Amino acid sequence: MAWAADGAVQSLPGGPAVRQMDLAPPATQIAADVQSLHYGLLVVCLLIFIGVFGVMFYSILKHRKSLGAKPANFHESVRVEIAWTIVPFIIVACMGFAATKTVVAQKDTSNADLTIKVTGYQWKWGYEYLKGPGEGIQFLSMLDPAQRQMSDAGKPSGDDYLLKVDHPMVVPVGQKVRIITTANDVIHSWMIPAFGVKQDAIPGFVRDTWFRADRTGDFYGQCAELCGKEHAYMPIHVRVLSADDYAQWVAGEKKHMADAADDPKKVWTHDALMARGQQVYAANCAVCHRPDGKGGGPVKPLDGSAKVLDADHLVQIQVLLHGQNNNAMPSWKQLSDTEIAAVVTFTKNNWGNQTGQTVQPSEVTTARAQ
Amino acid sequence: MSAANDSHGTPYYFVPQPSRHPAMGALALFLIAFGASQWINDLSWGRYAVLAGFLVLFSVLFQWFGDAIRESEGGQYSQRIDASFRWSMSWFIFSEVMFFAAFFGALFWARAHVIPALGSLDNQLLWPDFKAVWPSEMPGVTASPAGTVAPFETMGPWPIPTLNTALLLTSGLTITLAHHALLADRRGSCIGWMWLTVALGATFLGFQAYEYMHAYHELNLKLTSGIYGSTFYMLTGFHGFHVLLGTLMLTVITLRLMKGHFSSKHHFGFEGVAWYWHFVDVVWLGLYLVVYWM
Amino acid sequence: MSAVLDAHGRPAHDAHDHAHGPTPGWRRWVYATNHKDIGTMYLLFSFTMLMIGGVLALCIRAELFKPGLQFFNPELFNQFTTMHGLIMVFGAIMPAFVGFANWMIPLQIGASDMAFARMNNFSFWLLIPAALLLVSSFFMPGGAPAAGWTLYAPLTLQMGPAMDAGIFAMHIMGASSIMGAINIIVTVLNMRAPGMTLMKMPLFAWTWLITAYLLIAVMPVLAGAITMTLTDRHFGTSFFNPAGGGDPVMYQHIFWFFGHPEVYIMILPAFGIISAIIPAFARKKLFGYTSMVYATGSIAILSFIVWAHHMYTTGMPVTGQLFFMYATMLIAVPTGVKIFNWVATMWRGSMTFETPMLFAVGFLFVFSMGGFTGLILSMAPVDLQLQDTYYVVAHFHYVLVAGSLFAMFAGYYYWGPKWTGVMYSETRGRIHFWGSLIFFNITFFPMHFLGLAGMPRRYADYPMQFADFNEIASIGAFGFGFMQVYFFLATVLPMMRGRGEPAPAKPWEGAEGLEWEVPSPAPHHTFETPPKLDETATRVVG
Ligand code: HEA
Ligand code: HEA
Ligand code: CUA
Ligand SMILES: [Cu+2]
Repeated sequence: MAWAADGAVQSLPGGPAVRQMDLAPPATQIAADVQSLHYGLLVVCLLIFIGVFGVMFYSILKHRKSLGAKPANFHESVRVEIAWTIVPFIIVACMGFAATKTVVAQKDTSNADLTIKVTGYQWKWGYEYLKGPGEGIQFLSMLDPAQRQMSDAGKPSGDDYLLKVDHPMVVPVGQKVRIITTANDVIHSWMIPAFGVKQDAIPGFVRDTWFRADRTGDFYGQCAELCGKEHAYMPIHVRVLSADDYAQWVAGEKKHMADAADDPKKVWTHDALMARGQQVYAANCAVCHRPDGKGGGPVKPLDGSAKVLDADHLVQIQVLLHGQNNNAMPSWKQLSDTEIAAVVTFTKNNWGNQTGQTVQPSEVTTARAQ
Repeated sequence: MSAANDSHGTPYYFVPQPSRHPAMGALALFLIAFGASQWINDLSWGRYAVLAGFLVLFSVLFQWFGDAIRESEGGQYSQRIDASFRWSMSWFIFSEVMFFAAFFGALFWARAHVIPALGSLDNQLLWPDFKAVWPSEMPGVTASPAGTVAPFETMGPWPIPTLNTALLLTSGLTITLAHHALLADRRGSCIGWMWLTVALGATFLGFQAYEYMHAYHELNLKLTSGIYGSTFYMLTGFHGFHVLLGTLMLTVITLRLMKGHFSSKHHFGFEGVAWYWHFVDVVWLGLYLVVYWM
Repeated sequence: MSAVLDAHGRPAHDAHDHAHGPTPGWRRWVYATNHKDIGTMYLLFSFTMLMIGGVLALCIRAELFKPGLQFFNPELFNQFTTMHGLIMVFGAIMPAFVGFANWMIPLQIGASDMAFARMNNFSFWLLIPAALLLVSSFFMPGGAPAAGWTLYAPLTLQMGPAMDAGIFAMHIMGASSIMGAINIIVTVLNMRAPGMTLMKMPLFAWTWLITAYLLIAVMPVLAGAITMTLTDRHFGTSFFNPAGGGDPVMYQHIFWFFGHPEVYIMILPAFGIISAIIPAFARKKLFGYTSMVYATGSIAILSFIVWAHHMYTTGMPVTGQLFFMYATMLIAVPTGVKIFNWVATMWRGSMTFETPMLFAVGFLFVFSMGGFTGLILSMAPVDLQLQDTYYVVAHFHYVLVAGSLFAMFAGYYYWGPKWTGVMYSETRGRIHFWGSLIFFNITFFPMHFLGLAGMPRRYADYPMQFADFNEIASIGAFGFGFMQVYFFLATVLPMMRGRGEPAPAKPWEGAEGLEWEVPSPAPHHTFETPPKLDETATRVVG
């Protein structure tokens, strides 16, 4: 009980509460409907439970041999048996009926104001604003590395432990947001409990779901389908803003993207590539290959790897573009040409790998076209 | 061994003596499974374990069936045991049907759902060039969503599969004729029909091998040819494997017939294999329709 | 089990008649063709697997005791979860019920043995290579499979060589189950003593007959699914690979077509055991025998059309969602019939509460809670909130641990005296029951809250708000594990050694059935000549 008692952690609004025992406070109509369905079911089940086990415990208390009970003789009654087949049938039929409307509503993704494509990667989320205000914005969102290290060290702290991301998804309040999910490697699942939304992200296929947040604020969820070792470390953070704030965010984001866009034709210096590569490595590769490049378990080491050391740059570029070992090493084609060139240069010249090779973005552009 | 005998000296129910075959069989499967799991991961010693496992397995099967044959011919098997064998063989065949059902289900799902979904409007987001046609390979259409599958031609029903259908149907007839001959105590003609059945089965396998070669070399249709190649080879391949087993079983039965085993009243070994053969036949009809025609 | 473990203390059999005593030494076990010996081996095997799976569970609970990673890295944690699930399902629960079937079905229906004694032993011995393959996969490069017991593609395609070992292990276990199931079907259909008509047969035989049908219908389908995984991994097929026109969700459909009937495979024999125990201790005939049989059959049939309730979140069309929701909810009806029948059996009985009855009543109470949470999960909109959270973990441990496992404990206390020839200690049995019941609920009840609050399953680490309930659950888990060790040391071991009061042929006043017509411990061979039965087929008359 230590954690809550000594105040080490507080409830996180929009995320889990300390010792939360119920569904999250709903922030959409669907979540509210689900909650009342759940309450309804709970009450019905409790009543039946009390009824059935009331009878049973009464019988346990009264019909004991030690109290001199003599066994009765009956062991059949078609009438009772028909009754207790039909009554439960009616009960479950009513339950199903009650849920039907919500099922239909949950599935209705038409007429969305904003469409966002969500891609699950091992182990982060990619967001792409496809249609509606903010169209064209895209970014990746991953767990704060500091929290990942806390986890490894066994020293967690913070109310948003394991929920803090570098780049939350942002949506306007009161608008119907259609989420299209897909995945790059294995199945992930995108969920936000407060919205009543959970949708698997399936590689090669698109699926959709929707929500309309009825208040502003931050809402959290976590990947809900086992996707490999970092499954517990790919949280989802949705920030719901008022219409004005959202417009501002869109403007800011667009400007930011324009600034950050790399020209793949640019020729870089070796040192600039190394510096950039180090960032890319830390953000994407270090989870598996480790900061020291030694890998671990099934993950191959990069330090001293023949493919990394190969004088033909294409060898390593191809691995990055297409993955290998059934995607145990996934494809990184979603990275930009500059990022791939940078990280390839970095791995070719870090740790014991002192090849002195420099890989330019244009080489990646050519490799991609093949 | 059961003590109670009926009036003919057959035990009421036969319970065999302790036997080492089961444990040896388990050892064999351990060697095979362990070896195979290493072999397919490029550890070449695995293949020796697999080989050793199969050797043990064959010797176990040989001795185990030998025991069963001796018991049967020694009159240990009563009518009741005969009924047990019948039940067990029917349910075993049912479980085989369910195994094929998984693969038929995969084919059905791929055609009814996966290909249309991959080519649907929504999925254009991911695979803009993919058109939902089955087989997912036509002029102007990529063979697979990612375009990673080399172009191939599909396998039509003509001529080999149709020929094979005729062969199997005929073999179903010949084995029935053999059965009737056995029932009428015409052993010579029974053996003749049996050899003919074996020959038909073997010819089927020969044709199928030829068909595979043709597919690989001329049609470029391979196990790796996307979902079409996967379902095509896995379905026909598992079927072919069952034909192979069936043919071996038929051969053994025929050799036993030649040794004088079985009587017109008592020949469940024969019938069990015949059932199995009919089952293989029926699965083929399903394949012929669903894989080659549709 | 001493009946079979120690060959000396038995009332001497005719020394000349070699066929009547067990073969001495290890050959008795390795070469066994006796259903009782094989049953004993099954039970010991599954108890061992329960311990291994349990230690893995304790590793999981130890890691989850506090947020942050204390003991294991997430790779290893996922291996623990996966192997815990696989070992418990395929190694502990399923073989244990086969062990019960081996021991009890021939005795209950008046047969001399199982229909195919050698194949019976083969079914058992196949489990050993399968278990070795599974457990040894921890030592293979890359570690054990870590894709969850459901082995979803495409994650399985990324696994190391151990995945292949796991796949082959499941193939072998499937073969074992199919052979075992065929054996049971044939035994029940063809080896009943004259007068033991189907509708007079004990319900345990009935539930197993139906379970065996489920097994032969779905184990081959699982074999198909994992074979496709294997060829996708190594031979370039594209069943589950969209780039080649396949579909990862297709794996789930095939898997759950197996998986849902599988969960009933793990509960129907438990229903059979409970249906034997409650009438015995209520000293009153089972209420509604016929409807029990029909209910079991209906559950089995319905189990084939509900599989996609595990897949609501994959995104099905609305019609699919509704169909599977309604079909799943329907299962509550026949299950309810069973619960009501049991309560009606107790009603106005003359009850005593020895350990078997305690576990049976515990089963009723706690299994029903699991059933109700199942019903809540079956409602698609609610499941979207709860799928892949600890609520599901709570649900299935309520039905599997407090359902299947408790029923097996009940069965052990009920039939154990028949197997070993000695009574267990009632005090120790009670301690085991109350300890298990209390610790079980401490472990798994808080998981409902965790699930409602949104804690996903298969997580090695979690936000700190979830800490308290996890702490409670972990404490409960160790307590529960301890109770099982206690059970083994304080009850099973002494009974195996033959320590305890000698058991009479029928230790339970109200028990009925042919198993009580033979002495305790049951002789090595029983009913070699078909017994002559009375009207009710519960007594031997000559
Ligand atoms: C022994 C095993 C067992 C049993 C018996 C059951 C029984 C049931 N299960 Fe469960 N289930 C599992 C084992 C089992 N389950 C496992 C292992 C999983 C997880 C797999 C995984 O993902 O790893 C799972 C998961 C699971 C899910 C998927 C959850 C998810 O992943 O999102 C669902 C959803 O519908 C479900 C539903 C049900 C239902 C409706 C029943 C019903 O049969 C219950 C019926 C019983 C009752 C309802 C109680 C008694 C009835 C009455 C007293 C009568 C009156 C009642 C009414 C009228 C309501 N189960
Ligand atoms: C089939 C039966 C079955 C049984 C009996 C159990 C028993 C237990 N399970 Fe179960 N469990 C599953 C089937 C089962 N489980 C399945 C199918 C899954 C899903 C897997 C997946 O997601 O893929 C699962 C998942 C699962 C999880 C979720 C893991 C995750 O999502 O990451 C947890 C977590 O608490 C858990 C806990 C337990 C506990 C504490 C027990 C206890 O009842 C165990 C009791 C302990 C013992 C019997 C051990 C005895 C003690 C000793 C031998 C001595 C102790 C030794 C030392 C201390 C060194 N199980
Ligand atoms: Cu991504 Cu779990
Ligand atoms: Cu289910």
